[in-house]
Amino acid sequence: MITPATAIAAARSSEAGSLNRYAPPTPVTYLPSLTVPAPSNPIAIEVTGVEKAFRIPTHKVDSLKERLTTFSQPDFRVLHALRDVSFEVERGEFFGIVGRNGSGKSTLLKILASIYAADSGRVRMAGRLAPFIELGVGFNQELTARDNVELNGVMMGLTRRDARSRLGAVLEFAELEEFVDLKLKNYSSGMLVRLAFSMMIQSDAEILLIDEVLAVGDASFQQKCADVFNEIRDSERTVVFVTHDMSSVEQYCHRAMLLHDGRIEAFGEADEVARRYLRLNFEQAPAGDSDMGGIADVTLADVWLENGDGSRITNVEKGAALRFGAVFEAREEVEGPSFGFSFVNADGVEVTGFGLGLSGDVPDRLEPGQRVRLSGEIENRLAPGRYVVKCWVHREHNYANLVLHSPHVLDFVVFGKADAGVVALDHEIEARVDGS
Amino acid sequence: MSTEPAAAELREVSGPSALGGGRHRFFELLWLMSVTEFKKTFFGTVLGYVWSLMRPLMLFAVLLLVFTQVFKLGDEVAHYEVLLLFNIVLFGFFQEATSGAVGSVLLQEGIVRKTQFPRLVIPLAVVLTALFTLGLNMIVVFVFMFVFGVEPVWTWLLFPVILLALLIFSSATAMLLSALNVRFRDVAIIWVVLATALNYGTPIIYPLSIVPEGLKHVLMANPLTPIFQQAHIWMIEDPKTEGLLTAAGGPLPLIVAAVIYVAVCVLGVWVFNREAPRIAEQL
Repeated sequence: MITPATAIAAARSSEAGSLNRYAPPTPVTYLPSLTVPAPSNPIAIEVTGVEKAFRIPTHKVDSLKERLTTFSQPDFRVLHALRDVSFEVERGEFFGIVGRNGSGKSTLLKILASIYAADSGRVRMAGRLAPFIELGVGFNQELTARDNVELNGVMMGLTRRDARSRLGAVLEFAELEEFVDLKLKNYSSGMLVRLAFSMMIQSDAEILLIDEVLAVGDASFQQKCADVFNEIRDSERTVVFVTHDMSSVEQYCHRAMLLHDGRIEAFGEADEVARRYLRLNFEQAPAGDSDMGGIADVTLADVWLENGDGSRITNVEKGAALRFGAVFEAREEVEGPSFGFSFVNADGVEVTGFGLGLSGDVPDRLEPGQRVRLSGEIENRLAPGRYVVKCWVHREHNYANLVLHSPHVLDFVVFGKADAGVVALDHEIEARVDGS
Repeated sequence: MSTEPAAAELREVSGPSALGGGRHRFFELLWLMSVTEFKKTFFGTVLGYVWSLMRPLMLFAVLLLVFTQVFKLGDEVAHYEVLLLFNIVLFGFFQEATSGAVGSVLLQEGIVRKTQFPRLVIPLAVVLTALFTLGLNMIVVFVFMFVFGVEPVWTWLLFPVILLALLIFSSATAMLLSALNVRFRDVAIIWVVLATALNYGTPIIYPLSIVPEGLKHVLMANPLTPIFQQAHIWMIEDPKTEGLLTAAGGPLPLIVAAVIYVAVCVLGVWVFNREAPRIAEQL
């Protein structure tokens, strides 16, 4: 049966193929078979003029006592989370919503999921919907996997019989058959996540709303999840997918939308929207409130990053030349100073660091008022993401004698397409057929 | 359901509500959540059921001792000990249902903020769980009735009417309290005091017949009093037990009680319905 939607999907997947997207060689079917009626309308989700504002009380009155004893109207400021948002998602589409924190993307997803009510505007949908704002919502730690699958299934709109009949498939995908009668409190976090992801794909809804739940479990399970996402992408199911991760947007989404301050900033091809997101992110990223030392004997007078041309930058493209500079000023006399910096990524991992002082590359002694200037090139192998720069100074080249320690003197963003890992190492790997 | 052709049509999404999501789903979810909670209390520990029965029984033992040995209430009314246990168990249901419901929506914050389902399930599941407990405790009450030689009467068959009246009132109160507590977190604290006041303002440990006339009329305006008094009349045959109208000294207190009863029910439904769409935002 060739319907307009399958034709669109087919056209998209061939287009996707030209971009070298991952496609499993032998399609394994994990999804339950879904009888989707012949689409009388190619639109699955229609959002028209949706507005949402939150009233954030400057002083939250949440007790009756306060309400009765406060005579003035409670003060609040209005946060416009969504302003006049209208868009359509076609049936069978894998649709991405991207945006920075606070752009309104989660609010939009919650309105689509009927968790929040919109202030105005209209949302229409064709088909049953299952929201996945978080994996494993409503799991009861005191119950076994068997009972949880039933409870969770009913919560997502399945009948009890349906939910029970899916138990086998859910456990098989999650590879948890042996643990069916184990209470969830005894599950490891990896097992929980697998069970939850498995529930999600068995939910049998025509429309899935997914909020950043990718990359769960170990490597082999992640591959299985990726296969499922590819399968969903090419199926008749409609998916709205909210994420920060541009590589998964490019990998899975047919189209995407960029939200910024509650408005639609870009809409269209996934690659283009992902590029717009990265550009927006680096243009607007704040330099961060640098903590310039304290009451220490040495203060950090200045710290900066510069590009290859020597102009100061707050953000750098992946792999581009990166120079670092700092100026310290001594307030008191400091004997045998050592200086150190380290770069910490968003996960709190110290990716790299360097120190000066032990090998005689700084003066043996700083007089009060004297300044030391450090500068030089850093090999930029940092993976895209946000980094925070830490700084410390010791006296007498001894780690015990800390004179300055600042956990956050500078932060910056490396932008570009993300690959695996925390650093990008040069490689010269080639493929050759054995025996030739 | 997904195979219905109608599912392919665009339909307006109305947002979160007290009942939204289909009647079928509502009752299935209500049943599953209450059974889950019930199982947790009774089968979670080896002595689960014993412990949960111990509470009313211990309370019963203490009150029985105090009110038969110290205050000599036992002579005022036939089968005082059975009446006392029956009343404690019945009020225990109201107490468990309402006190449990007050914080229930806050307690379930995780699912309220993350998924879509009929909000009304939350407080009603608490009431249903309390109803299961009441069912188990009633077995013990009937055993006591047998042991103490209470004559079975045909009016025992009317007990479901009492239960229904109490169930509706408890559910409405549960809805009202659970919705209000999201907005005003001290409702839970206020309810502890109010519930205790109700405990003493309802003829539970004392028979209505020993209450002075003037005060008796006031007590009758408490909607729980006519329910408990009627239960007394129907469960334990005793010519000394006053009928509702006699005890109230005229229809006025009964009308007041009925008005309060209806008002609480209407208010409960109205407030919960009004708050349901915004509950997720206010948590």
